Amino acid sequence: MSEATPTLDTPLSSAGVERLQQLSSTLAVKPRTLLGDAWRRFRKHRLAMLGVALLAFLTLTVTIGAPLYIDRFARISAEEGAPLLQQNPTLRDATDHLNFIAILAPPSANHPFGTDDLGRDLFVRALYGGRISLAVGFTAMLIAITLGSVVGAVSGFFGGTVDQILMRITDLFLSLPGIPLILLTVYLFRDPVIKAMGSPEAGIFVIVVTVIGGLAWMQTARVVRASFLSLKQKEFVEAATALGVSRASIMFRHILPNAMSPIIVAATLEIGTAIITESTLSFLGVGFPADTPTWGRLVTDGSQYLQGAPWLALIPGFLIFITVLSINFVGDGLRDALDPRSRL
Amino acid sequence: MGQYVVRRLLIAIPTLLITSLVIFAILALAPGDPLAQFALNPAVPEEVRERIREQLGLNQPWPVRYVKWLQQVSQGNFGISFNTKAPVLDLIGQRLPQTLQVVGLAYLIAVLIAIPIGIISAVKQYSLFDQIATFFSFVGFSVPSFFTGLVLMLVFAINLGWFPIVYSSTLKVTDWDSFWQQIRQMVLPISVLVVQQTAALTRFMRSSMLDNLTLDYVRTAKAKGLTDRLVVMRHVVTNSLIPVVTLIALGIPTIFAGAIITENLYRVNGLGQLLITSINNSDTPVVMALTFIFAILTVIFNLIADVLYGVLDPRVRYS
Repeated sequence: MSEATPTLDTPLSSAGVERLQQLSSTLAVKPRTLLGDAWRRFRKHRLAMLGVALLAFLTLTVTIGAPLYIDRFARISAEEGAPLLQQNPTLRDATDHLNFIAILAPPSANHPFGTDDLGRDLFVRALYGGRISLAVGFTAMLIAITLGSVVGAVSGFFGGTVDQILMRITDLFLSLPGIPLILLTVYLFRDPVIKAMGSPEAGIFVIVVTVIGGLAWMQTARVVRASFLSLKQKEFVEAATALGVSRASIMFRHILPNAMSPIIVAATLEIGTAIITESTLSFLGVGFPADTPTWGRLVTDGSQYLQGAPWLALIPGFLIFITVLSINFVGDGLRDALDPRSRL
Repeated sequence: MGQYVVRRLLIAIPTLLITSLVIFAILALAPGDPLAQFALNPAVPEEVRERIREQLGLNQPWPVRYVKWLQQVSQGNFGISFNTKAPVLDLIGQRLPQTLQVVGLAYLIAVLIAIPIGIISAVKQYSLFDQIATFFSFVGFSVPSFFTGLVLMLVFAINLGWFPIVYSSTLKVTDWDSFWQQIRQMVLPISVLVVQQTAALTRFMRSSMLDNLTLDYVRTAKAKGLTDRLVVMRHVVTNSLIPVVTLIALGIPTIFAGAIITENLYRVNGLGQLLITSINNSDTPVVMALTFIFAILTVIFNLIADVLYGVLDPRVRYS
């Protein structure tokens, strides 16, 4: 690096730019951004940080951790005298692996969560169930939030008759009986959807996610509509209109980013609600097929051994609880961070 | 005021009609044959099945069936259960008291617990009490009710043996002894519902109090020398209760739906359990009637909430 100081009439070399940046950074305090402020507030929320850590841990365990664990599981099974039959077992194979030597075994080093009445390893099954729960929660949230944002945005932006009609529909959806209707729809429509999707698990996944998401967008729509109503009066929208920006672009590129805070909070909380709803469906026997080890299904199956092997129901139940609790804490932290005025 | 109520009623009726249409359409458009149970029965040949279909009016297009159903329902006839051959309304009438007892008591207890906690939490914001209450309300709405139910069952029914594991619906309350038994078997299902409802209501009460505590009228009340206690109890609490009362009304239908899980877990033979068994038996008339009743409840309590809000806060009536 040369020490030459660039003058104004010579083109800036890369070293010169660097030097300038150094200079300006020592002169001015690092600018505070909105996002930076939010992050600073979020970090102060200890429970939310704990929630983020727990969720990250859970997600990594069920995604990256699961394939790594299968090797260990195969070794343990072989040592116990019940080797896996498949050459390269997948996680799904491992969840169905019967081991009659270790039936209803309590949690131990070999079986961290114990085994069920057929000697299936609960830890492996819980890993698989975790994938389903997180996938269902996340996808249902995406559906609900997308629907809610679009309905709210259109309603708030256009106003008038469109607004009237859309809000009436929103009210109508709010007065539908949620859980009974979800139960009913999933039960009635699962066969054709399974046929259309080719596999029972994929079929049920699609229908569960659609129904949960399709009945959960109303609050988001209302919140987004309210933000749009106030934001569309602002000068920056007027400026964009004057510049000839298209309406779609004004809605989604200019206004929507400003209405993002409540959407993010609603999205986070929706993941938790969707996970609880799915596990409730599974618990009532109306969700995923009986042989798919979702967390809710594991609780149902385990509840028959509540007396002799309580861990079978308690561990998966606790996993649902801790996941949703973490999500709710993150949601609360986000609300505090993004919108310091609201206090619920 | 009368005009406000009429306006709300005029919105509620079409909502009910459309809701029932949606539920009917879902049931009618769903694949699967209500007469499928006869298909495998050699005693019911194809012609007989067709005749049954004609008799039940199942060969007509579903909008026609919907109008006919609506006519019957408006006369109080919900049809006959495919499964038990009893009128649907009788079935529901048998189950309703159990659900009302459990759900009603649970909601009452939840309200009685939640409101004081919400008040103290808000007045002493960020105190130890507030933090503990906040933590527990988060736990309360993060825990799936079937899990609370199982844990309570394990601890109090199986390990400690204080309460029976399942609800006995044949128990008749005739004397103090059976009354005590009835109380004991209701404790666990009620607790599950209370945990769930208290959590949400506490948060509502707290945030409503916090909104009011910073308003000018509170400062005025303090300035004229009222004690803190009086300011909070007479001025802030009454004003904060307005939105909470509406939320309580809005919450009643959801708690009926929430009772589905509790009733199944503890074998309470209420409406929720009836819904699940009817869904599993493809008993369309019962399912339709129950879902529609849940919808009516939702709409009615929405209406009650709206009217209550209008009564408590006259500003709403004119917006």
